Amino acid sequence: MQDLANADCIVIQGSNMAEAHPVGFQWVVEAKKRGAKVIHVDPRFTRTSALAHSYVPVRAGADIAFLGGVINYILSNEKDFREYVLAYTNASMIVSDRFQDTEDLDGLFSGFNPETNTYDGASWMYSGCEDSGRSHTQAHADRETAAGLEYESHGASVPGDLPQDPTLQNPRCVYQILKRHYARYTPEVVERVCGVPQEQFLEVCEAWTANSGRERTTALVYSVGWTQHSVGVQYIRTGAIVQLLLGNMGRPGGGVMALRGHASIQGSTDIPTLFNLLPGYLPMPHYTHHPTFAKWVDGMRNPGQKGFWSNAESYAASFLKAYFGDAATAENDWGYGWMPRLTGDHGTYQQVLDMIDGKIKGYFLLGQNPAVGSAHGRAQRLGMANLDWLVVRDLYMIESATFWKNGPEIATGEITTEQCKTEVFFMPAASHAEKEGTFTQTQRMLQWREKAVDPPGDARSELWFFYHLGRRIRERLAGSTLPRDRGVQALTWDYPVIGERGDEPDAEAVLKEINGYDLTSGQLLSTFGQMKPDGSTSGGCWIYTGVFADGVNQAARRKPGREQNYVAGEWGWAWPANRRILYNRASADPEGNPWSERKRYVWWDAQKDEWAGEDVPDFEKKKPPSYRPPEGAVGVAAISGDDAFIMQADGKGWLFAPIGLIDGPMPTHYEPAESPMRNPLYGQQANPTRKVYNRPDNPTNPSPPEQHSEVFPYVFSTSRLTEHHTAGGMSRQLAYLSELQPEMFVEVSPELAAERGLEHLGWAHIITARAAIEAKVLVTERLVPLRIEGRRVHQLWMPYHWGGEGLVTGDSANDLFGIVLDPNVLIQESKVGTCDIQPGRRPTGPDLLRYVQGYLDRAGLGPDHHPPIVTARDTDDGE
Amino acid sequence: MGNSLYGPLDDPATDAGFTEAPPRMGFFTDTSVCIGCKACEVACKEWNAVPEDGFNLLGQSYDNTGGLSANSWRHVAFVEQPAPAHVDALTEAGTQFLGMPLSDLPGRVTDAPRTDFRWLMMSNVCKHCTHAGCLDVCPTGALFRTEFGTVVVQDDICNGCGYCISGCPYGVIDRREDDGRAWKCTLCYDRIGDGLTPACAKACPTESIQFGELDELRTRAAERVAKLHEDGVTEARLYGNDPDDGVGGDGAFFLLLDEPEVYGLPPDPHVPTRDLVKMWKKAGLAALSMVATAVVVFAGRSK
Repeated sequence: MQDLANADCIVIQGSNMAEAHPVGFQWVVEAKKRGAKVIHVDPRFTRTSALAHSYVPVRAGADIAFLGGVINYILSNEKDFREYVLAYTNASMIVSDRFQDTEDLDGLFSGFNPETNTYDGASWMYSGCEDSGRSHTQAHADRETAAGLEYESHGASVPGDLPQDPTLQNPRCVYQILKRHYARYTPEVVERVCGVPQEQFLEVCEAWTANSGRERTTALVYSVGWTQHSVGVQYIRTGAIVQLLLGNMGRPGGGVMALRGHASIQGSTDIPTLFNLLPGYLPMPHYTHHPTFAKWVDGMRNPGQKGFWSNAESYAASFLKAYFGDAATAENDWGYGWMPRLTGDHGTYQQVLDMIDGKIKGYFLLGQNPAVGSAHGRAQRLGMANLDWLVVRDLYMIESATFWKNGPEIATGEITTEQCKTEVFFMPAASHAEKEGTFTQTQRMLQWREKAVDPPGDARSELWFFYHLGRRIRERLAGSTLPRDRGVQALTWDYPVIGERGDEPDAEAVLKEINGYDLTSGQLLSTFGQMKPDGSTSGGCWIYTGVFADGVNQAARRKPGREQNYVAGEWGWAWPANRRILYNRASADPEGNPWSERKRYVWWDAQKDEWAGEDVPDFEKKKPPSYRPPEGAVGVAAISGDDAFIMQADGKGWLFAPIGLIDGPMPTHYEPAESPMRNPLYGQQANPTRKVYNRPDNPTNPSPPEQHSEVFPYVFSTSRLTEHHTAGGMSRQLAYLSELQPEMFVEVSPELAAERGLEHLGWAHIITARAAIEAKVLVTERLVPLRIEGRRVHQLWMPYHWGGEGLVTGDSANDLFGIVLDPNVLIQESKVGTCDIQPGRRPTGPDLLRYVQGYLDRAGLGPDHHPPIVTARDTDDGE
Repeated sequence: MGNSLYGPLDDPATDAGFTEAPPRMGFFTDTSVCIGCKACEVACKEWNAVPEDGFNLLGQSYDNTGGLSANSWRHVAFVEQPAPAHVDALTEAGTQFLGMPLSDLPGRVTDAPRTDFRWLMMSNVCKHCTHAGCLDVCPTGALFRTEFGTVVVQDDICNGCGYCISGCPYGVIDRREDDGRAWKCTLCYDRIGDGLTPACAKACPTESIQFGELDELRTRAAERVAKLHEDGVTEARLYGNDPDDGVGGDGAFFLLLDEPEVYGLPPDPHVPTRDLVKMWKKAGLAALSMVATAVVVFAGRSK
């Protein structure tokens, strides 16, 4: 984040950084002061655009076409940083001769199975190792469990020595495949698909390439404007390909900056609140794929593979030792049998649907407000209204705690308070100023914060709640002889309690447990390299090991920037190993010298025979650039002295992903699940592997080639205002924030206002197949109609902060979305959809349901109607 | 040239009678880096316990505060400026332009030296004038000049007469409806006395609001304008920095990207006391001529 200040150019796309991350935006302002060019690509002119040198309006949901155009510009003009690309990417790898591209198959890659809508990935593999590809059965299970997320840090199973063509001339090498794949993404096509005038598009290409290379670097910034799509992961992949081709990864002022959506949401991915991951990106065991500890560990380290995941057994054993302490022994596989198992999709949206179907009885809700903040608000509320019990821990009585008496479904008659069977327990929570602990912010940095004041009344920290809940459950189960209770009995639950009441668990003790110990000496570990597979070490999250290096709380360091070098490594602590830029070996050339003096960061110090630099080198300290692995080497020893991407199975940055993604080895433009237009590039309309839930209560607006898309003619997007916090639980209760944005509104262009008869500050209502909501109209030129494929496409925008509780109330924009998910990580498509907008307020009471039903009828959306998944004209059956 | 009523003044604190006053402190608000986050508005209210100002959607772009008032001591203005070529098309479509009710205001004319849409943001505040109209007319002494050269109202002395409101050339100071007293920015007098940065400047994430010694801020601002001009932002200009202006220069001055009127600021503010000498001179002249007339009349009669 701070490193953005060192960029020569910053491209912000899929993010309203100034608005949603105002504090982090200071580094963009700093870069601008130092002379960097700032470009903002977004459907709407925002506060970020106001500070950018160039603003480029783009159609929501068309970013891959835009970035694909950038890739085409780079490759067709040979603007790539060739030495970097050859040394550090997989450009020269040869791909299987069975691979067929979307360009050959009308929008599908080879290996598609229309039965399961998944791919057999064998043909995507490097030549000679097709057997290691994922089958479509595996791909199906991967989608159910969002297994793609695991590869985020695992890399994947790929043998070490593979055929390559350093001349990049072989037609089957990655470079040539990439070039062919994106050849069609010309400036004309970008204009047709995205609505971006060619000269504006070329201006971005020229700035991006001119500010990349040996002497200069460009940083790419994105946030949930990219992730929350049915092709979300591929959006980010496209950005990564651009940055790899231009040699911007692992270098100061370069990289891809993922701005996370909330305070410490990075922390809640590292120590996850996700159903499919354990701390440190260890996969949650799957009941068939990981029957034993050995199978589970092999699933991570892929025996024979090179890279740091080969040490997975040490991380896994230390993790289980942290959970189960002395009860974890070599004989019982460190208690692996006590771990819960995945059996399929247990993601948040599947859970909600299961609640509606009565399959889930109880629910804990902490730090979120799904009645307002999650897609398909009505489904969220109806699900929560069909539980036996619900525990809500929050600062205020949020909408998710009051849906049974105040929710919109009371008015429509869908929920009757007297008959709602959910028993809601509201537990007041302590705010961040009322408890101590760490935040892990977007740049992987842990910062310790002190408690400023005691929480009022009965409000307690999450740590307090879970510690005492666990303690009481364990007391209840102490005498149980049931095998299923053995894991709970075996848990280490011995945190010291402190504080005035004498019952607050010591947060530092928890952080120490996460850091890990040498169990033989009782000393805290300093690096994850000290972890052992023999049960002699513990550690709750291997990537956090070192946060208590030397017995010191490194996250609590606050040495001012002026008292240290510009990387400021002594402020807080960043995982892994306090490294501020990942893969920073790539900031030096293959011989270990900085690519340029200007962008000097990490280098090989030949005098001392070790890596040195401004930051902690992301490489074995003593391994020289000239090191070449001996024949048959595996694991860390197999990493060559110039393999900069040390977590990857081949040590390379992947331009082409032979494995790990469910929807294809290269990003390709698909229309959003709801779009007013036919995909201009392929017969295949939308992502063929997207996760859909075909149910009568989850209808999707029709898109071409289906009929009736004109019923919902406009594109809409939702996001945030600076003045409010997400679903409003922390801002709509505060007068000083509420007065700054007091009402729900919808932004429309003057042209759309004229077309629909909308008046500035008047009422309008917005309709989708799920809901109709009302909002005040703001007519603004910050929204412009785009010309797409010869027709005018209107986009409108809404903030999603409002709900029925608080000082300022209003309808919730998330009620408009249905549930369609990205196949890799199961994120919902909530940044783009289609809708209608009409002047005036929406109907109320049961009339509202009839009104929406009228739209469903006109759109031909009967209860059993669901959009076709495969629309390509030549479907490949995988043979 | 300078005097206590008008014109440049080396140090208003010394002029007000302070001996060995600390350097004059002020704000330099650089609107070219303002992101409109309104953290200044919130921080100000939190520190000074200023009441909320009503939950009203104003439709003036993202400004729902409306202006500086007794209950808003910082105010972020949002100005949406269309690309010049777009203005005619809009007028034709009969739509109203947010934040700018007329089509012929400065910066919105079709020959403006821009081609792009712009969204200007500016955090406005009390100017802490060298010659403060509010202070000069206050009959109770509730308004006073601090040792830092700033202007502060003492809420326990103010009797709510409201003279200060008409005395302020910027329309900043305002009476609170429920208690009748006058309120405005104190430049966090209680903080700066303890060596702390005022709340708004402390909260500003992009250093759009800079607090410091006024002399140093003026140098910094001049350098910033020069840098922006060098970078092609030729429309950058300072507002309120000139000791020769109608209020003797502001203690809180601004870098703007368009004419002051575009932001709702008066183009040529001056303190009412500017005319005091002239007025008294005229009154004196009138008195003299009356005396002279009388003398002439009597002298004539005595002949």
